[in-house]
Amino acid sequence: MAVEMLSYIKRTSPVHELSGATKLILFIMWSSAAMLTYDTRILLFLFIMSIAIFMVSKIHFREISFVLYFILFFLLLNNMAIYIFSPQEGVRIYGTSHVLVDIAGRYNVTMEQLFYQFNITIKYFVVIPAALLFIVTTHPSEFAASLNRIGVPYKIAYAVSIALRYIPDIQRDFRNIAQSQQARGIDLSKKEKLFKRVKNTASIIIPLILSSLDRIEVITNAMELRGFGKNRKRTWYSGKSFKRADYFMLVLGACILGATLLITFHDGNRFYNPFV
Amino acid sequence: MNRKGLSVKTIVAIGIGAAVFVILNNYVSIPSPIPNTKIQTSYGFLALMAVVFGPIAGGLIGLIGHALSDTTSYGSVWWSWVVVSVFVGFFIGLVSKKINIESGIFGVRQIVTFNLVQFIVQAAGWFLIAPTLDILIYAEPSNKVFVQGLFAGIANIISVAIIGTILLIAYARTRGKTGSLTKDM
Amino acid sequence: MKNAIIHFEHFTFKYRSQTEPTLHDINLTIHEGEKVLIVGPSGSGKSTLAHCINGLIPFSYSGEIHGSLKIKEKETKELDLFSISKMVGTVLQDPDGQFIGLSVAEDIAFALENDCIKQEQMKEQVMDVLKLIDMENYLEASIHELSGGQKQRVALGGVMVDQVEILLFDEPLANLDPATGKQAIELIDRIQKETSTTAIIVEHRLEDVLHRNVDRIIVMNEGRIVSDSTPDELLASNILGENHIREPLYVKALKYAGCTITHNMHTANLDQLDISSCKEQLQKWFENTQLQNSQDKEAPILEVENLTFGYHTGKKTLQNISFSIKKGEMVSIVGKNGAGKSTLSKLICGFEKVRSGRILYNGKDITNDSIRERSQIIGMVMQNPNQMISKHMIFDEVAMGLVMRGVPEEELRERVDKTLKVCGLYPYRNWPISALSFGQKKRVTIASILVLNPEVLILDEPTAGQDLRSYTDIMEFLMELNRSGVTILMITHDMHLMLEYTPRALVIADGRLIADDSAAHVLTNQAIIEKANLKETSLYDLAVRADIPDPLEFVARFIAYDKEARKIWQ
Ligand SMILES: Nc1ncnc2c1ncn2[C@@H]1O[C@H](COP(=O)(O)OP(=O)(O)OP(=O)(O)O)[C@@H](O)[C@H]1O
Ligand SMILES: Nc1ncnc2c1ncn2[C@@H]1O[C@H](COP(=O)(O)OP(=O)(O)OP(=O)(O)O)[C@@H](O)[C@H]1O
Ligand SMILES: [Mg+2]
Ligand SMILES: [Mg+2]
Repeated sequence: MAVEMLSYIKRTSPVHELSGATKLILFIMWSSAAMLTYDTRILLFLFIMSIAIFMVSKIHFREISFVLYFILFFLLLNNMAIYIFSPQEGVRIYGTSHVLVDIAGRYNVTMEQLFYQFNITIKYFVVIPAALLFIVTTHPSEFAASLNRIGVPYKIAYAVSIALRYIPDIQRDFRNIAQSQQARGIDLSKKEKLFKRVKNTASIIIPLILSSLDRIEVITNAMELRGFGKNRKRTWYSGKSFKRADYFMLVLGACILGATLLITFHDGNRFYNPFV
Repeated sequence: MNRKGLSVKTIVAIGIGAAVFVILNNYVSIPSPIPNTKIQTSYGFLALMAVVFGPIAGGLIGLIGHALSDTTSYGSVWWSWVVVSVFVGFFIGLVSKKINIESGIFGVRQIVTFNLVQFIVQAAGWFLIAPTLDILIYAEPSNKVFVQGLFAGIANIISVAIIGTILLIAYARTRGKTGSLTKDM
Repeated sequence: MKNAIIHFEHFTFKYRSQTEPTLHDINLTIHEGEKVLIVGPSGSGKSTLAHCINGLIPFSYSGEIHGSLKIKEKETKELDLFSISKMVGTVLQDPDGQFIGLSVAEDIAFALENDCIKQEQMKEQVMDVLKLIDMENYLEASIHELSGGQKQRVALGGVMVDQVEILLFDEPLANLDPATGKQAIELIDRIQKETSTTAIIVEHRLEDVLHRNVDRIIVMNEGRIVSDSTPDELLASNILGENHIREPLYVKALKYAGCTITHNMHTANLDQLDISSCKEQLQKWFENTQLQNSQDKEAPILEVENLTFGYHTGKKTLQNISFSIKKGEMVSIVGKNGAGKSTLSKLICGFEKVRSGRILYNGKDITNDSIRERSQIIGMVMQNPNQMISKHMIFDEVAMGLVMRGVPEEELRERVDKTLKVCGLYPYRNWPISALSFGQKKRVTIASILVLNPEVLILDEPTAGQDLRSYTDIMEFLMELNRSGVTILMITHDMHLMLEYTPRALVIADGRLIADDSAAHVLTNQAIIEKANLKETSLYDLAVRADIPDPLEFVARFIAYDKEARKIWQ
């Protein structure tokens, strides 16, 4: 079960140096730009930029490759689903139909459909490096501080921090419960019958959940005993203050978002149409 | 203690709830009779937390849990569905006052109320909101997203009906009744 | 006389779910700057009392309070948790709940963050505390990478950073190796003196706490205070024995030898102990006590060959461990915090996969067997009870393994009841586990494995947090199992347990096996003691000071004699 999860990778790079709040705002602007536009030229530009930033960050491709395979597989499925459900979506959007191959009925291959699906796919390729970078270059504890800095109430920001703090613990608990249950005779392999397996899964998640509920109590006590929530504000040990690079990046990010919106919507259509 | 804002316990419940949601979402599913399909356990858990800790906790666990689970496993967040998780957590939480699980009573009447509510809320969320947002944000083909929403909705309704109900029963049993423990020699 | 800082008056408390009060009519005054130790059997209400002082009762655990509790002249019922936490800093008993931050430094800074201290100042303060607890090299370490003992130190740090007037420790030594325990006590002592705070320590390891002076010892039993006196007075009396609390071993030896202990002998501290009046009696007792010993060796049942393992690539937690255990042996595994003892036991049970090396059972290679296959022969009780408990009710938890094996109802009930009795849990069999004290929870997990009758039994710190009576009950039952042929491996920080019950000891330090020898020899080898953070027993010192020619033999004879003396309980 212990599938790897994405987490912070320690390194010294200009990207790591930026404050978490900067990266969070940049990431939000970046993904809004990518989400809103269907303009292929902008998407390509953003894609190349994100590859460049990725190289600056000194993160190695192999460190995150396991997620990429996952995503590629997901994209493939998504593309297939789009084609199966709506093979004429591209034609509808771009208003022309350049047929390349005929298969059966509605199912032909048009340049418009290929272009539409290419656009959908590249949107992911724009967001993914940014998202991955944000995750692996921002220390989880700094993340909570950043949320607070951009206006999220500190208590909620702290809830996120608790979630990040306890994911490994709960994962370990889950393992320990599974191990100790197995040591007392529960079979989790696929050998058992369906009903038995459902029951066995339940016999692990119920203790996991009930013990997590107990844990909520213990942690609440510990936090209250150390004065959490007594003031309207709190400071953060691992917060980073803004430096010149942070302001520069924020301005740059805002410019990119502004330009994207301008170019995308000035003619009232989100799609860039090369067919007319 | 009357302090403004959320209580420390609710905050911790949101944090731990989101962490458990991530683990369940990523690793723990129940095999189903249909090959290659699994039933997620996470929504059953979300429903439990919403009933126990109320609508705000429910909504935020949906938000933080779903977003973290997406980022840690895909590297990007599918926002339209996250919104639905928030919606589901929040509105199931709204009925919590009706059920009053802390009393330790979760009988037939409560089970029926709970499942009725979860059905309505999830149906609205998965069958309507999710596909609509998919079209608006991602410009995906409408028939595709409606079918996706339909499948996800049915699976999650079943998950909450089975796992959520079992968990609530188990939880209600742990609410010890006042003055009930004595040593039996 | 100094001012009273904590003042209980006819204080009674009943948990909401209980029918009987847990604390009865407590009258207790603690003065400013005092250092007070609270002892008592497991489940006697020590943690409950501590919770009353730090405000968790009534603000977090609901229940009924009668009488009054004042802290600094203020009635606690009328305060709130935050104002109490400004006055009282608590190190909780449960090792899991204490850490909130992601890294060591952040966790220590937690209280400062909540007080809105500026970052630079915070960093300085945190660094000071880290130096104090000797963890400055772990500034950025994630909490998950720490061993039990290191965690305990961070917990101490997290409380010390906030300048409170009362420090409350609920079993601060529970997971610490002997040398670290000693340091922790020195640390608490130093900090208490330097900052002239009031310190309250709840602890089972009386002798270890007495390593540094305490002003008073409160003895609790069944929710009542049965004694409140100075250490010297208490040790001169029979109160500890009557309440099943382990006396310092040297005191017990003096009593066995028939010495009259008076409170002006300075019994509370071995270094200051005035032994002149007892020397002769001790020597005579030594000559009159005999020891019979016989041990026949059988074929090896468990062999470990060149075991190497690491949780992360690049870092080795265990290196090249090899040893062999004979059938029917009872062996302890000792070593400092974080040495890899728990990891070793997980490897043997198959919870983790070895990197290289082999594990043999009866000569058969089981390195690739699944957890379940191994569980048929090897039973393991994990260090942290919370990770093993999966059922809501005590009876169901203990019965679970048997249910899975399809044992018929009647036999199941019989076996479970018997085991519950052995572990002193029978009266609680129909309780939810959540209503138990920490020591009681640990016993539930021991029971849940004992009931399965494994061939090889591995126990990770079975006696941590147990009082002398549960300790004796559990250990005697293990001895009985051992005599009937069960092989037992025990991970422990209790040097006396090692000497008393396990003829042989494996010593692990920094991931390597540094000794495999008789328990007595291990504890007389200064190099090993130092390398593995062990501690020689006070009995040895006592024997030296009484001019007994063979101190080692004195220790052995004491153990044999003491075991007989405690048999009366059964
Ligand atoms: N949350 C709770 N709800 C109900 N009863 C409780 C609760 N916590 C403790 N008790 C009861 O109070 C008794 C005393 O518990 P407490 O934790 O104070 O013991 P203790 O002296 O600290 O024991 P130990 O040395 O094992 O930690 C226990 O026997 C238990 O039955
Ligand atoms: N699941 C884990 N993942 C990563 N590192 C771990 C894990 N468990 C333990 N470690 C590390 O392995 C080392 C050995 O830990 P282990 O728990 O075996 O020590 P121990 O000898 O049992 O210590 P203690 O006496 O404090 O219980 C420690 O440095 C610890 O930080
Ligand atoms: Mg206790
Ligand atoms: Mg250990």
